[in-house]
Amino acid sequence: MPQFAIIAVSILFDGLAYAMFLFITSVGLSVTMGLMGFVNLAHGAFAMAGGYIVVTLTRTLGVGFVPSLVIAAVVVGAASVVFERGLYRRLYRSTDLEQVLLTIGLAFMAIATATYLYGPIPKSVPLPDWLQGDVNLGFRNFPSYRAFLIALGVVLIVVLWYAFERTNIGAKIRAAVDNRRMAESVGINVDRLFTLTFAVGSGLAALGGGLAIQLFGLSPSFAVLYLVLFLIVVAVGGLGSLKGTLLAALVLGVFDTAGKYLFSDAGGFFVYAVTVAVLLVKPAGFYGRE
Amino acid sequence: MAASEAITSATRSEARERAAEYLLKRHRFRLAETLPWLAAIAVYFIFPERMTFGSQVLVMAMFALSLDLILGYAGIVTLGHAAFFGVGAYTVGLAAARFGWSEPISGLFAAAIAAGIVGFITGWFLLRYRGLTLLMLTLATAILLQETGNLRSDISGGYDGLPGLMFKPLFGVFEYDLYGHTYYLYVLAVLVVVFFFVRTIVYSPFGQALTGIRENVRRMHAIGSPVHRRLVTVYTIAAAIAGIAGALFTQTNAYVTLTVFDFDNSAKVMVMLILGGTGRLYGAFVGAAVYMVLEDYFSKLSPTFWQFGIGLMLVLAVLFTPRGVLGVFENIGKYFSERKKS
Repeated sequence: MPQFAIIAVSILFDGLAYAMFLFITSVGLSVTMGLMGFVNLAHGAFAMAGGYIVVTLTRTLGVGFVPSLVIAAVVVGAASVVFERGLYRRLYRSTDLEQVLLTIGLAFMAIATATYLYGPIPKSVPLPDWLQGDVNLGFRNFPSYRAFLIALGVVLIVVLWYAFERTNIGAKIRAAVDNRRMAESVGINVDRLFTLTFAVGSGLAALGGGLAIQLFGLSPSFAVLYLVLFLIVVAVGGLGSLKGTLLAALVLGVFDTAGKYLFSDAGGFFVYAVTVAVLLVKPAGFYGRE
Repeated sequence: MAASEAITSATRSEARERAAEYLLKRHRFRLAETLPWLAAIAVYFIFPERMTFGSQVLVMAMFALSLDLILGYAGIVTLGHAAFFGVGAYTVGLAAARFGWSEPISGLFAAAIAAGIVGFITGWFLLRYRGLTLLMLTLATAILLQETGNLRSDISGGYDGLPGLMFKPLFGVFEYDLYGHTYYLYVLAVLVVVFFFVRTIVYSPFGQALTGIRENVRRMHAIGSPVHRRLVTVYTIAAAIAGIAGALFTQTNAYVTLTVFDFDNSAKVMVMLILGGTGRLYGAFVGAAVYMVLEDYFSKLSPTFWQFGIGLMLVLAVLFTPRGVLGVFENIGKYFSERKKS
């Protein structure tokens, strides 16, 4: 295989794996922002919490990696309901600024708590044998973990797509994103719907946080460091759009990976340049409503 | 026909007079306004050994003041105000390190112009957007500037920054001293000038128009106010002031690194302003002083504890005192004056 094709395949593969992580973590944020217009800067903290739960379960309690991911998602999803009911709902009608301040306050508290409990040094996670090493996909070897990430991402996309487009609850969510007042008028309980999507979204974020440990390591700053990327995915994709979030995750994931492969000095330049370019042309993102 | 025209023109001139009177009344000085300045001078005599720290508080107060202009008065929520602080900081830093231009006061002007230009260009493009899009675009602006600096680390010094900068004595006479006495007075003097400039803007008809935009953009459009032009103007002014604050930061510390563009820096100045109270000029002073003193004390005890404390303060501030420390004082004042009446 010629040199450039090898590089191109590597970029696509790594970019795809990265995109799946971005999609899994950001999709909940997109739907909750689309539903309530709530700017949740603590979303990264939920992802970080998921990551640390996975670390504790695998390292201290000896639970397997995959069961830990599931437990982390369920625990964080359930805990997020407490925050939503107790704190967030007071601010649905407040300004952007107040929502930004409240949630960034929560993120700071989460970072401090994580630093206190786990220390500032990045943590890793023990993987089962079948996720280590490489997997042969016919023409080349690829790292198994990334292949697993892509496969899991595809499964989740199909499940979410089905839930969104083919079930009753999905139809209600789409109706509420489209026109909240109208949805309430025809008897949809948007409040309860929101609690549900918030819990699912936070659970998915926790799953993403657990999956990210192997890719980037997990330190308390995760909550803010990657939050910016999640928000960018949401903004570029368009609020409340599953399709948009996926497209944005793919574009940004591949661009970021390509930038890091081809121009290692330019580092994060590409993601932000692409973001600015997209948002200047389409302020509401790919599939957002103007 | 003629009669009704006469009435309209009479009422119109009367309304104009009333408006002018209202603006002048608000612009008038109150005695309480001398307090922060007296406090700043008192600090100079009471804590002569903490002047470097004092200068940093004043620099952050100026930075917060520039944010107050756009956030508190015009209602623009930005997550990238550090961009302009950074441009100002690097303007004087690069001028001193690469071109040997180390005269401090002309450096301030250069920083204001450079940051103002960046503010004008980005503002012209970005201020058409709102909500999450605007938050992301302002954030991306700061990060793009940081990445540009990182890309050309041969010029900017990268994350190691530009250490050991030397600046010429002020007016060619007053040397930089070890305890930073000269610089404290220098920063204070610049802050006085900037503050009165901002105060004049805020109480001018232009400032009133900004408040109008904050309160109800649609109505401002409807009465024919050039909203976009006004927003870009105030954004440019705020950027220039943030640039001056950044330049003073470099001059007082004698070094600068790319961390000035950090999201943390943008978030920090916003927290200060919120703690002090937005849209009230002196909120920037109170917020910067309270924040910096608490940080100085608690982060020495435990940085983790301090971070938790800031988070908790923010949450509590949003839930219970949306108008900041000064808002609490105002409420107390109102309570007592109402009791006196009844």
